[in-house]
Amino acid sequence: MKSAIVVFPGTNRERDMAIALKRVTGKAPTMVWHRDTQLPDADLIVLPGGFSYGDYLRCGAMAAHSPIMAEIRAFAQKGGHILGVCNGFQILTETGMLPGALLRNANLRFLSQDCTLRVERDDTPYTHKWKKGDVFRTPLAHGDGNYTADAETLARLEGEGRVAFRYASPDGKVQNDDFATNPNGSVNSIAGILSENARICGMMPHPEDLVDPLMGGEDGLPLFEGLVEAIVR
Amino acid sequence: MKKTVDEALAREFGLTSEEYARVLSIMGRTPSLTELGVFSVMWSEHCSYKSSRKWLRTLPTKAPWVIHGPGENAGVVDVGEGYAAIFKMESHNHPSFIEPYQGAATGVGGILRDVFTMGARPVANLNALRFGSPETPRTRQIIDGVVRGIGGYGNCVGVPTVGGEINFHPAYDGNPLVNAMTVGIARKDRIFLSAAAGIGNPVVYVGSRTGRDGIHGATMSSAEFDENALAKRPTVQVGDPFIEKLLIEACLELMATDAIVAIQDMGAAGLTSSSVEMAGKGGVGIELDLDAVPQREPGMTAYEMMLSESQERMLMVLKPERTEVARAIFEKWELDFAIIGHLTETGHIVVKHKGQVEADIPLDPLAEQAPIYDRPASAPVVPPALENVHAPLSLDAMLLKLVGSPDLASRAWVWNQYDSTVGGQTVRRPGAADAAIVKIEDTTLGLALTTDCTPRYCQADPRTGGAQAVAEAWRNITATGARPLAVTDNLNFGNPEKPEIMGQFVAAIEGMGEACRVLDFPVVSGNVSLYNETRQPDGTTMAILPTPAIGALGVLDDVSKAVGLSMVDNADIVLIGETKGELGQSIWLREILGREEGAPPRVDLSVEKRNGDFVRNEIQTGTVKACHDVADGGILVAVAEMVMASRIGCELESPTSGIRPEAFWFGEDQARYIVCVPNAADFCARAEQSGVPARLLGRSGGRDLILPSGVTISTARLVTTNEAFFPSLMAN
Repeated sequence: MKSAIVVFPGTNRERDMAIALKRVTGKAPTMVWHRDTQLPDADLIVLPGGFSYGDYLRCGAMAAHSPIMAEIRAFAQKGGHILGVCNGFQILTETGMLPGALLRNANLRFLSQDCTLRVERDDTPYTHKWKKGDVFRTPLAHGDGNYTADAETLARLEGEGRVAFRYASPDGKVQNDDFATNPNGSVNSIAGILSENARICGMMPHPEDLVDPLMGGEDGLPLFEGLVEAIVR
Repeated sequence: MKKTVDEALAREFGLTSEEYARVLSIMGRTPSLTELGVFSVMWSEHCSYKSSRKWLRTLPTKAPWVIHGPGENAGVVDVGEGYAAIFKMESHNHPSFIEPYQGAATGVGGILRDVFTMGARPVANLNALRFGSPETPRTRQIIDGVVRGIGGYGNCVGVPTVGGEINFHPAYDGNPLVNAMTVGIARKDRIFLSAAAGIGNPVVYVGSRTGRDGIHGATMSSAEFDENALAKRPTVQVGDPFIEKLLIEACLELMATDAIVAIQDMGAAGLTSSSVEMAGKGGVGIELDLDAVPQREPGMTAYEMMLSESQERMLMVLKPERTEVARAIFEKWELDFAIIGHLTETGHIVVKHKGQVEADIPLDPLAEQAPIYDRPASAPVVPPALENVHAPLSLDAMLLKLVGSPDLASRAWVWNQYDSTVGGQTVRRPGAADAAIVKIEDTTLGLALTTDCTPRYCQADPRTGGAQAVAEAWRNITATGARPLAVTDNLNFGNPEKPEIMGQFVAAIEGMGEACRVLDFPVVSGNVSLYNETRQPDGTTMAILPTPAIGALGVLDDVSKAVGLSMVDNADIVLIGETKGELGQSIWLREILGREEGAPPRVDLSVEKRNGDFVRNEIQTGTVKACHDVADGGILVAVAEMVMASRIGCELESPTSGIRPEAFWFGEDQARYIVCVPNAADFCARAEQSGVPARLLGRSGGRDLILPSGVTISTARLVTTNEAFFPSLMAN
């Protein structure tokens, strides 16, 4: 699998993502500057976390208009795989490539902690290393991760099985109104969603920060290993 | 706003009459407003260290692994494999009282610049915070702003905040302390310094534009607060972490080329201090054309531009043939880049604006004739040892009260607002070990990082307190298995013009110096914050507790050998170090009996070193599975902290010594550790061979903390009590 990471002004988790991708592919991903107008030859494009343009407008709103985004849209239309994490997820919703929006966390504070995610699908490139209903631990770090969508969109997402991950308790229970399990207050405890073709995935938590026992575990590794297996050249 | 320059204005700018006379003699004429501004900020306490310099010189600063000690933007130590760690701690106390969010945020921004200006990628932030009484209404507001500010800046620039400490005391009601530390990593042969060189070389300004914010900030922070402190809000700077992030990336990209001759951030006193210090260190002159300075607003005067403390700005001297390479990098990052002057052989700083010479000052006398004071100091009176005191409550009730008290309660509410994992190298997050552990990418090296000070000890006995702060930092690094290398100090004190405050300062430095020498733990950088006093409505002033905060750094050659403080299951729990039961100035005495009395625990540095070297060696050989130093709250609190971190219980044995139970369990004797080992008998035998006292304390397992009396406290109850304080304080 060849991968590339897009760097916007204010992106700050590109190094973390590069470590995770290198861990599973054996080679460093290509870094793409947001003002580039051509994507490198890659199977997976990652929009990493950070504060693109300082998040001074709505998170991800400025980056959504960066020159490289036209190429990324075209890449998506050709069926390319795109992973957006944290600020990357916010950018994907701002471009409309994924539905919904990310609001301020319900408690109005930045959150940096571990959370548990429940896997809702096990037949996508991003989730097939788990079994449906599995739970895994992952760090999250954001101020605006409170996922929301209008009722119709939400019904469609749920109906089409496009929720990839939900915040849950360690024993797999989803409790929307409990900040201990659904820390940012996301609707239906949604932590990550998929495009219709399941090739685009956006999620708020950071599986890339838990891929090494030294850093506390490898709980996030199956996502990246799964991508390598799913994307066979 | 045309002001007449005279002695009265000089005094308004913070200079004394004598200092103004010296300005007149150096200049041989009445200085211009801009010149007076330059003198007043360069000779402010903040920039000149005029009250502290004499004593700072007594601190040990050298060791074979020290690459650059005090005098550069930050300290630099060799950590192995060709890497250097660059670190410093700095205060932003006064601004954080006036405007907590921006004060704390710009404190983080400023210390980051001190580190990346030397060529390092910042890899960790820490802090040391002191707040007023939780009962004081404004305390909550200050905590909220400071925590949001530290998080708002650090999270956005993408540098993990991995550690820190927080104390509460009414002495900080009108003057909280916000001390921020940054640690960076560079190749040790790629360190950038600030001494300008090369007559004719261009002086280049990069980063944010200059505005009217923060004018005379350095002067403001060199004076006591009065009742009008909050009216000084315009002297507080406003931070922009997004620009800082771009500046970090652009500077590091430029540093990978050979374009830079010298570089320094524009911190306190902005363009003035950076240009004066760079030229002064290089022994050259400098000429600035302020028309070329990128400006945020029209109509700024030379005086305003030279004294502005607008954030996120850097000054560089470049090789002339490489300026276009540099310009291209800064344009890529969408940052302002302007050639604003050049180096000269005049030995003067010459400032031009709109065709006029606004300042022309000889640099040598500006630095060499800067005032330096040997202020009178009265030796602190150390209180007598504490008389016998008696426990009014049962052991379990006292433990629960202590773990829920402000100084010992869980800090998770705070840490959970700081991104501690960005960068992907955080091996031990806040609260997981006695020091935070951050791996150096692509190596097996790990940095162990901590901040420490026990101000109540320093208040009672500044000399012992100064030594204890250094010893505790050394101990915290040791408790992870790391080798302590060096410290940065942030000396927060009251008004040095008062002999009793100066006496505290001198004694604390003496204690620190002695500890640093015995522990081979040199001071490589630091910052002094004086005048931390608030005038009360009745005309008296209240000084903070003397707070010589220590930021420390150690290294693990193999980071996988680091241990945390979480109890491991089915292990023997062993206490290392001697226990006499010292309750003077203890948290127990304060929280249970409501008394702040007695002498602090004794600090025996040779015992500290012996015990610590033994513990570190045992961790390195793999026999120690968990380790926690015994500090505030004594043995029982330390054990409870290990239980809470792991949710694994333990059963404790009765102390056989002839010490009263409360003194044994809550005494704060120094140089002690609690470790989890597979076999206590073997371990204690090795300790004995090394002359280190060690005794079995109990055994881990189960879900409860079981006291020798058989009384049981559930882990859940401990955790709930420990975690209640911050959320309930901040929810009101």
